[in-house]
Parts: sequence; C-alpha cells; structure tokens
Amino acid sequence: MGLLEERLRAVRDGGAKAFVPYVTGGAPGVDAALLRALAEAGADAIEVGIPHSDPIMDGGVIQDASRLALEAGTRTDDVLATVAAAGLEVPVAAMTYANPVLRRGVDRFVADLAAAGVAGLIVPDLPPEESEELRGAAAERGIDVVLLAAPGAAPERYRAIAREARGFVYCVATYGVTGARDRLAETARAVVEGLRGLTDLPLLVGVGISTPEQAASACAFADGVIVGSALVAPLVGGDRAGALALAEAFRAAIA
Amino acid sequence: MTGSTAPARPDERGRFGRYGGRYAPEVLIPALEELEAAWRELRDDASFRRELDELARDFVGRPTPITHARRLSEELGYDVWLKREDLAHTGAHKINNALGQVLLARRLGKERIIAETGAGQHGVATATASALLGLPCVVYMGEEDTRRQAPNVARMRLLGAEVVPVTAGTRTLKEAVNEALRDWAASVATTHYVIGSVVGPHPFPMLVRDLQRVIGDEARAQYRERTGADPEVVAACVGGGSNAIGMFTAFVGAEGVRLIGVEAGGRGTRLGEHCASLTLGEPGVLHGALSYLLQDPDGQVVETHSISAGLDYPGVGPEHAFLKDAGLASYVSASDADALAGFRLLARTEGILPALEPAHVIGWLAHRPLPDGTRVLVCLSGRGDKDLDTVLRAEGGGA
Ligand SMILES: Cc1ncc(COP(=O)(O)O)c(C=O)c1O
Repeated sequence: MGLLEERLRAVRDGGAKAFVPYVTGGAPGVDAALLRALAEAGADAIEVGIPHSDPIMDGGVIQDASRLALEAGTRTDDVLATVAAAGLEVPVAAMTYANPVLRRGVDRFVADLAAAGVAGLIVPDLPPEESEELRGAAAERGIDVVLLAAPGAAPERYRAIAREARGFVYCVATYGVTGARDRLAETARAVVEGLRGLTDLPLLVGVGISTPEQAASACAFADGVIVGSALVAPLVGGDRAGALALAEAFRAAIA
Repeated sequence: MTGSTAPARPDERGRFGRYGGRYAPEVLIPALEELEAAWRELRDDASFRRELDELARDFVGRPTPITHARRLSEELGYDVWLKREDLAHTGAHKINNALGQVLLARRLGKERIIAETGAGQHGVATATASALLGLPCVVYMGEEDTRRQAPNVARMRLLGAEVVPVTAGTRTLKEAVNEALRDWAASVATTHYVIGSVVGPHPFPMLVRDLQRVIGDEARAQYRERTGADPEVVAACVGGGSNAIGMFTAFVGAEGVRLIGVEAGGRGTRLGEHCASLTLGEPGVLHGALSYLLQDPDGQVVETHSISAGLDYPGVGPEHAFLKDAGLASYVSASDADALAGFRLLARTEGILPALEPAHVIGWLAHRPLPDGTRVLVCLSGRGDKDLDTVLRAEGGGA
C-alpha cells in the first residue's frame, strides 16, 4: 500500500470524507504555491494533471487548461518539478493519458514520478486489461495506480477493478466526460454501491461534481469526492482567490 | 461480400502483433465489448449478410468495376488498373463501412448515430446510411475541414444530419474523433459511433476492415478474370488506412504481390509538415489503439499537414503498423505537389477526377518508382468533386 492509499484509508477509517481537488499542471495559476494553498484549504490528496494534447475524457474546461498549459510550453518534467517544489505533506496523484506514459517508457515514467514524490497515478485510457505492466512497475515504486469504475459495467467488471485498483477507486459519477453538471447524477450512487462489498478501498466520486452541495450529496454514500473543472475554471480565468475560496467551501461541505 | 475466411488477426485482446488494443475510457468498455460480441456473431450471420449484400448491390452499386487505365499506363510505362471506389454511391469507399455499421447499430437497438469526418466523405456516407435506415445522425467535423470541404457539409445537412464544427486544437480530423468519443462517452447507452477508418479501440479496426475488405475481394477476382493473374503491385493511399486495408486484405501473403501504402507527405519531412505516420512516426497510443503515431518526445500528438483533409491525421490503423513491421506491406509517401500532379495526370489521361487522397498514389507512380512494365492495381478510393476548390486554389486560381 502506498502513501495515497494509506492516507485515504485513514481519512475514511477516521469517519471523515476525502476532498481531492484536481488541477492541470502548467495551466494558468497552477504552481507550487497553489498546490500548497490547496493543501492548506484542507485537501486530503491532490490530483495534478500532466497535460495531454488529446484529453478524450475531459470536457471544455480541462481541455482549455491543457491546451493553455501546452501552449505555454509545459513539459511532463515541469509538472513533476512543480510537485517536487511544493514539498507537500498530503499525497499527490498524477493524472495523464496513456501516450505520455508509454512514450517515456513505463519504468522510467513511474521512476520519475517517484523521484518527484508523486504517490499515485490515474490514466483514464488504461483500463485494467491494458494497465498490467504499469501496475506492476508502479507497485515496485510504491505508487498506487488508481482505476476508474464507470456506470453501466457488469458486476464481474467491478470485481476485476476492485481487485486491481490501488489507492482508491475513482467512481465515475456519470456517463460522459469531466465538466460541470447541474445535478449530481443518479448513476454515481449505483457505481459506488456496485463496488461496496467488493473492496474496502476508499470509493471516491468524480466527474461533474460542480458545487459543495453536490459534493455533500455524493458523500452521503461515497468516501469522498474529486473536484476538477469547478476549480480549474476560475483558475484559468485568473481568479485564484476564488478557486481557493471554493476549495474551502467544498472542504467545509463534506467535513 | 466479405470473404468466407475471417483473417486470424486481431487476437482475443484486439492485438495485431503488438499493435491495436483497447486504450479506452472505462465508460466505453461495455459498449465496445457488446459491439465486439455482436460483430463476431453477425459477420457470419446469413440474414445480416443478405441484408448488407442487397444494399451493397442495389443502393451502393457494388461491385464497382475495375478500369484498365490505358493512356496512363502508356505515359508511365506500367500496366495500371484502377479499382473504382469513386463510382460507389456517395463517391468513395467510405459507404461500405458506414452502411455496414449503421445496419449493425440498428441490430443493436441503437437510436442515434454519431460519426467524425475529415474530408467529409465518411460524414456524407454515414449521413446517407442514416437517412436510408431512418436514424438521426450527428457528424463532428473540424472547423478547418468544414471550410476546405464545404460542399460535403452542405450534402450532410441535406441528408438530414447535424454537422457540429469542432473548434478544439488543430480543428481537423483528430479533434473531430476526440469530440465524437466524448459524445459517445455520454450517450453510449443509446448511440452507436460509426468510426470512419480502421482506427480506434478494438473492435473498430477489425470491424471496419471486415466491412472494407469487399474492395480487395472484388478487385482480386476481377483482376484475375481480366488478366488471368494477380497484379505485381497493389497500391492505395493511407489516411487512417481503411481503403488500403480493404484492398490489401485479399492479397496479404499472396506470392509475387507487393502491397504499397502511400501516405501524405505534405510539404516537408519535419514534424508538422506531413501525415506520414508509418514512414516517419513512432509507436504510440491515439484514439484507443497503439500504432505508429506522429508525436513529440513527451508523447504529445503533433499537428499534421496535408492538402487532402482525408489523409490529415497523425495516427494510422494498427493493422498497418503490424503489416509494416512484419514486412507484409511497405509504405511510402507522396507530397502535396505529387497529389496535385496525380490529380491532373489522371484527369488528362483517363477522364477521371480523383479525390486528392488517391491522387497521392497516382502522383507517387508518376515518379516511376517501379520497374518498367510493372502490373499495378490502384485503389481509386474516391472521386474528386469535393476537391475542385482546393485544386484550383493550389494552382493559383487557373484550371
Ligand atoms: C476518397 C478517400 N480516400 C481515402 C481516405 C482516407 O481514409 P482511409 O485511409 O481510411 O481510406 C478518405 C478519407 O476521408 C477519402 O475520402
């Protein structure tokens, strides 16, 4: 068990709910100081995106953030350097897509993550059947490879995900990609309930959690939430104070 | 229509050698599994085959002929035959795939069709099949492509499809696929995504190949009937690679037959100037499959350029990557200028305006890369009406 899983289990076992903000590395306003400020705002872990040219699981807000980051010349190593410079006490999970990982080589990629102090890795286009090599290499470095579970899957599939996931299970709240939604999707509960009993990993809900109220609703059945677009939108818009105030509001709503 | 023996590739995990696979978001996995199971069953199902074969004959106009290009042959010093996919309904091979997939979608009980398109040919084909079979259709198209292929946008709209211009990134085919995948992630329960080439997560490269192999199955039989032998060279343009795989499948491993795919060389060999994934790229994952890819050292997919929207794509179907590495096919490139020259040459010598995509093959042949007298069978994947503006503009406004 890596640091990511250890911490999130401790939160859950202590009767609390986990708040995991996501920010896109290299996007406007995202630097080591911001990561520290998110930790101070009460994040239990922070998900940091390594921007990719083809973010197929992301909606408009994170697409824009990724594009701006890449246009500003952000390299994978820059994001890792930011994480290392932040010197956080809370664990960081990197999020990226398959190709940046494979291009560097699975072993080197996880070694570089470990060297930067990253504790977890989320790659939404590496489902269990394609991520075996990565999970093996990551385990050797103490890095938890988080797997996603989505609505509409058969019970056997949830069982396989529950068996292979480390850190936590990322329960995708809804059909679709990241981005704001008016309401918490009904499907979120079904995914979490589909996994309960199959694993005692923390079950966190993400994708489309847009308001503190939605986060609170999700935490009625889940062990925590991941909040991305709602925070990235003000950051990219230049409103860093607003993003941090919102992070505090999310924290307070699920305390 | 399809040959009786299904090729052994891909394996159970959707792999063509090391290439292919299913690098897809979790939310799409159940649909991909359902699609794979349905196709493995239906591709040999008599009633499905009959329905598809009838439509291929009565609606598409199959079999398309092969034409002996006598004046072109004389000019080049080869013996060239053309497989006339330009004569298929809607003007390109894309209809073979679109019709099969929309029919399949209806069998799966899907209520809505989405597609991406580059040149607009696949969008037109999918809009056509959707109109024929009575399903609503949404086509994602890069904004840049909606401009350079404006007549096809008008066609799709007349056919009742909604065309959604995509403004992300390069505003071309790659971004249109991204957007179609995002739509599908949200709509997968009711919607089928008709992907336009032999790309994407398993089972798409297999499914699209199975639907396109009719090109080569017909062409090989026709060529043998007319000449009594197999051609020495079979050539096709490669964007995502569907017309080429469709043509090659009947010939893979055939003795004495060389398979040659022609990629878009654009205006240079530096990254960003071309779309030559197989000749200049390296293995990587794009749109759900591992294949050759044009990318930077961090694995970011780079911009591409081609005069032809249908070839303007940084990736390529995984089966081509396998064929290349296994030495079963070889790949070359032809530039924008070659394509324009090929376009003019075929028009002048044969009375055929080719699409700019297969014009790359004619332009490549015009450099006389083969020994004198070589017997060549070319897949003429589509007709050139859609490209007249581009051709005239590239040549300074004069025709
Ligand atoms: C006429 C024609 N040929 C070729 C292509 C390239 O696609 P593929 O490589 O899948 O055949 C296109 C794509 O739009 C096309 O319209």
